Amino acid sequence: MADMIKLELVTPERLLLSEDVEEVIVPGVEGDLGVLPGHTPLLSALRVGEMTYRKGGKNEYVAIEGGGLIEISSDKVIVLADAAELGREINLQEAIERKLQAESVLKNERQQDAQNFRNMEARLKVELTKINIAEKYK
Amino acid sequence: MAGTSDIKRKIASVKNTQKITKAMKMVSAAKMRRAQDAMTAARPFAHKITEMVHDVAQRANPELHPFLSGNENTDTIGLVVVTSDRGLCGAFNNNILKAVSRFASEHQGKKVKLVCIGKKAYEFFRKRDYEIIEKYADFAGKVLFSDAVGIADVVVEQFLNNGIGDVYVLYNEFKSTASQTPVTEKILPLKVEDAGEQLVEYIYEPKPEMLLNELMPRYIRYKVFQALLESTAGEHGARMMAMDNASRNASDMIGKLTLTYNKVRQAAITNEILDIVNGAEALNG
Repeated sequence: MADMIKLELVTPERLLLSEDVEEVIVPGVEGDLGVLPGHTPLLSALRVGEMTYRKGGKNEYVAIEGGGLIEISSDKVIVLADAAELGREINLQEAIERKLQAESVLKNERQQDAQNFRNMEARLKVELTKINIAEKYK
Repeated sequence: MAGTSDIKRKIASVKNTQKITKAMKMVSAAKMRRAQDAMTAARPFAHKITEMVHDVAQRANPELHPFLSGNENTDTIGLVVVTSDRGLCGAFNNNILKAVSRFASEHQGKKVKLVCIGKKAYEFFRKRDYEIIEKYADFAGKVLFSDAVGIADVVVEQFLNNGIGDVYVLYNEFKSTASQTPVTEKILPLKVEDAGEQLVEYIYEPKPEMLLNELMPRYIRYKVFQALLESTAGEHGARMMAMDNASRNASDMIGKLTLTYNKVRQAAITNEILDIVNGAEALNG
């Protein structure tokens, strides 16, 4: 199994993925991280963004929402995300609607509620990521 | 026939109550199953994040980290109290409320500030002499991780701003359907468990100290989430047991009432026969 690495994607609510893959690219806080089988053990944090993994020569995408953590050992990648959604499960229509909603809130709330503003900004980032991914699956 | 109709009415009313308690029992059983599933689903995450936190914490300098060494506020304690929103679940909530009083008396001389989760906790403590930082209620049946995030972030913020010192969570641990026990768990500062020998030497990106800032809030969120899950499963379990008892009591009561009813009816019939016999005897005489 030297040419495969086990990828596990876990959120507090469920185990999303547990597969043998050829390569994983995750959005680390200090830039994207590419992981191949035999990687040095590493612990890092993730930001909101898109995770890519290749399986059978085909790329699959996952939206990492709200950041998380990653542990890499030589034959295993464990991604702990606060929330995540598999690319093929993303509802594009819904994501677009929520993006528009977040944008309109941002426009109106600009100076009013800092907390809400930050939340919406984060929401917008998540939705944009999801839209990006969903478009790859069209 | 005086009395029989009263008893009959009473039997009917107890039967109605029994129908309700039986239905509630079934509903609670289903909800408990779902809550248990959620607990199982959270387990892989639990296992991993706990491992990571302890691993990183051992490598970070504890003096630099309030998450590890505690903050300067040593005379206030934060206590996250988890109860249910609804009643009719036996001693489930009372056990928690009692445990809070016990906790407070064990930590005399310190101020205990509360974060109340569930209507029952808030209703109880707002009339009493406790300071409530925040209250949360109405989880609409299913506990989501985002619920826990909101609560945990307030706790972490309070802790970092020296609003509260040590932080504990008090919740009902789900042991089995029949047994839930209140447990008090210290979540902040983190007590680093020595994992013994280290097998893997990790690269840390960023440094362990920085990484801990990412890890700890997540760990606390997860801890709160776990308490919520345990408590929810426990609540439904407790309610199931309470409703089971109630159904059984109703059965007993119906049995007793039916017996009385039959006795009264029989007595009335006996009396009537006596009357008839006496009448006939008189005519014959």
